[in-house]
Amino acid sequence: MAEHIVTKKQYSYVFATLLLLTFITTTVGMMDLGRLNVVVALVIAVIKALLVVLFFMHIYWSSKLNKLTVVAGVAWLALLLWLTLTDVLSRGWLPFPGK
Amino acid sequence: MITATVETRDNYLTHEYGVKSWLLTKDHKRIALLYLASISFFFFLGGIFATIIRLELLTPPGDLVSAQTYNKLFSLHGIIMVFLFLIPSIPATLGNFFVPMMIGAKDLAFPKINLLSWYIYMAGGACVLYAMLEGGVDTGWTFYVPFSTSYANTYVILTGVGIFIAGFSSILTGLNFIVTIHRMRAPGLTWFRLPLFIWSMYATSLIQVLGTPVVAVTILLVAVERGFHLGIFDPALGGDPVLFQHLFWFYSHPAVYIMVLPGMGIISEVVSVYSRKKVFGYRFVAFSSVAIAVLGFLVWGHHMFVASQSVYASLVFSFLSFFVAVPSAIKVFNWTATLYKGSISYDTPMLYAFGFIGLFTIGGLTGTFLATLGFDVHVTDTYFVVAHFHYIMVGGTLMAYLGGMHYWWPKMTGRMYPEGWAKLSALVVFLGFNLTFFPQFILGYLGMPRRYWAYPEEFQVYHVLSTAGASVLAVGYLIPAAYFIWSLRYGKIAPDNPWNAPGLEWQTSSPPPPENFEITPVVTSEAYDYSILEEMKVG
Amino acid sequence: MANHSLALRHQFDDVEQQKDASTFGMWIFLATEVLFFGGMFCCYTVYRSRYPMAFGNASNHLDLILGAVSTAILIFSSFTMACGVNSAATGAKNALVGFLSLTILFAAAFLVIEMSEWHMLYKEGLMPGFNFTYKEFDPGHVQLFFCMYFAMTGLHASHVTIGIGILAVMAIRAWRGAFGPEYFTPIEISGLYWHFVDLVWIFLFPLYYLIARHLQG
Repeated sequence: MAEHIVTKKQYSYVFATLLLLTFITTTVGMMDLGRLNVVVALVIAVIKALLVVLFFMHIYWSSKLNKLTVVAGVAWLALLLWLTLTDVLSRGWLPFPGK
Repeated sequence: MITATVETRDNYLTHEYGVKSWLLTKDHKRIALLYLASISFFFFLGGIFATIIRLELLTPPGDLVSAQTYNKLFSLHGIIMVFLFLIPSIPATLGNFFVPMMIGAKDLAFPKINLLSWYIYMAGGACVLYAMLEGGVDTGWTFYVPFSTSYANTYVILTGVGIFIAGFSSILTGLNFIVTIHRMRAPGLTWFRLPLFIWSMYATSLIQVLGTPVVAVTILLVAVERGFHLGIFDPALGGDPVLFQHLFWFYSHPAVYIMVLPGMGIISEVVSVYSRKKVFGYRFVAFSSVAIAVLGFLVWGHHMFVASQSVYASLVFSFLSFFVAVPSAIKVFNWTATLYKGSISYDTPMLYAFGFIGLFTIGGLTGTFLATLGFDVHVTDTYFVVAHFHYIMVGGTLMAYLGGMHYWWPKMTGRMYPEGWAKLSALVVFLGFNLTFFPQFILGYLGMPRRYWAYPEEFQVYHVLSTAGASVLAVGYLIPAAYFIWSLRYGKIAPDNPWNAPGLEWQTSSPPPPENFEITPVVTSEAYDYSILEEMKVG
Repeated sequence: MANHSLALRHQFDDVEQQKDASTFGMWIFLATEVLFFGGMFCCYTVYRSRYPMAFGNASNHLDLILGAVSTAILIFSSFTMACGVNSAATGAKNALVGFLSLTILFAAAFLVIEMSEWHMLYKEGLMPGFNFTYKEFDPGHVQLFFCMYFAMTGLHASHVTIGIGILAVMAIRAWRGAFGPEYFTPIEISGLYWHFVDLVWIFLFPLYYLIARHLQG
């Protein structure tokens, strides 16, 4: 598998996008959009993360195995959060104390 | 009995001499032996705690030790046995030794990290030992908050730091195995030609890598809360002790699969070799290993049914817990089917395998009882649970470990163990084990709580049986310790393939050369292909 | 079988396999780090869902501009790190050392800002365990916010510090000519580690500085 060299120019496009997104998320953060604040901030964070992982960390050009490793790490965290929230968010749904 | 002559072939043991050649080795086989020495030490240390516990429980009143001492005893027994013995045991000894050999590699992917792994383990173990000598911990191996963060007066931080450090040893071993198995298999060795021990080690490594970091950060948070008063789990600030339990069990449930999967891998090897048959349903067993690893992460809440976890979450976890029993059951069925119409020989490893299959089945079945919400509410935190996990950890993993040690001892050391004594010990272990732990199922069912050092009169007869069993069990472990050491000098010289087994590790000398193989093997046959051996008829 | 590169380790068949293994190994390590930080993200999520007002209140005590500047600095450092990898791959030794040094500089700047933020919080009586005197709205849960804040930014800062150490070693080795287009794997995997450190902050910033600001009691 030939070594893929990413140019500094390509990196600079990613970099500029990341700075722009940071600026946007900060500006939006200063406005009160109610529930949208969370959504916007997290969506932008995920996009920034994807840019870093795909291009700075070269996952875009990497083997399927490396891609799978990234997915596995994130999926397992999602699992931890999801099942824990299953408990935390459903407490007090029944009329008995402690349930 | 004449003492054996000195080995003339260069092997990994004779290649270099001196303390430095061992302490700075990068050879996975030597590192495996370094681990073997360390974990054996911790096993016997944990056993000493168990002995004192069982002595205290001979009589109903708490008369041998104080209540707090008793708390420290079961805490240290659990911590040492789980974190310093069971978790590393098979992966770091037999796994380290045989994973590269079984795939035809010269070493693991990262030999220096492998050595670092051992030093990290020793550092963690030293921390725990130091904490123990200073007075130990009384929180249980589970470190539940807020007791461990706010009320315990014992060495929680130090012990926690020791476990945290040892956890990284586990992570690095898992990482090493995953990369090795993916990237360093011999030519022709496709995934479905791999021995099932490798599948088990792979699945184990997945759990080590994905689960351990969570318990590491959780213990770190407990230490930080105790040390810096950052009250993350402090109920006075709104912190949630059950959140601690979620984080703790997210690892600690899969951890039990870290402990049992390698044992299952050994059983697959042993059952096949001593019935001269390939494992029935190879792909099912392989996929079951991975299924156990994945499903094992979905069930942790079954440790928290009465912890004020919501009923809905408990229902979800209970339901999922039944699923995780399925792949284990598939394995038991497939091992049994392998035995069917096999040409069975009753060598010591096979005796341990029989013990495993029976005892693991009992342990696993009682696990499904515990997954049943209605039943669990009655027996949770009783000796029923204690019996359940000891059936799996001791009746399962430890038996498999002993079976594996006997199976591979000739390969590792070039010596045979004495078969008569070995068979006797296997029997003693089996009898001692059942006498120790079966009464505990009854005790739990009748209501004896766990972690209590005094109890009502009516439970005494079962405790006496259990302690009697424990003394028999102790003998059963001491005898192999003795004859294994004895065999290093006086054991019969082992041939390269004493069991006439398939598998790449048997195609090289006993003990192996430093580079494992004179030339890199090329694999053209399926796993467990006994027909080739019949053709070769090599002794 | 002759090795053409001194860097080939004996357990590998060829340089390609060695590089693949090293990169794969680092990715697995980063997956463990995701779960390591993830445990704390889980704590944050649980408490945020329970005490949104208190978290909103607490969040307003953090300096949004400093947080944004920190984020930009780390992103800058990721950029210089990536350029460093490019320099290694193209054999530009001086550029490699230069980019690594810049990355270290940005990392140090990040830590300086972080420490000054911590110092300000300490002075305001918002540092649990050392100086926590906040008594207005919902002090218990506000304290919980700050416990999580210091725990997570502390763990992150320790990773930044370790990263500076790793990059310094890489810079020295690069200066001594250890790397070239045929072998620069350590630079690449150090880069992966560094980008991960940036990634964690990409999530820490919105979670602590942004999303709770407007929920106030």
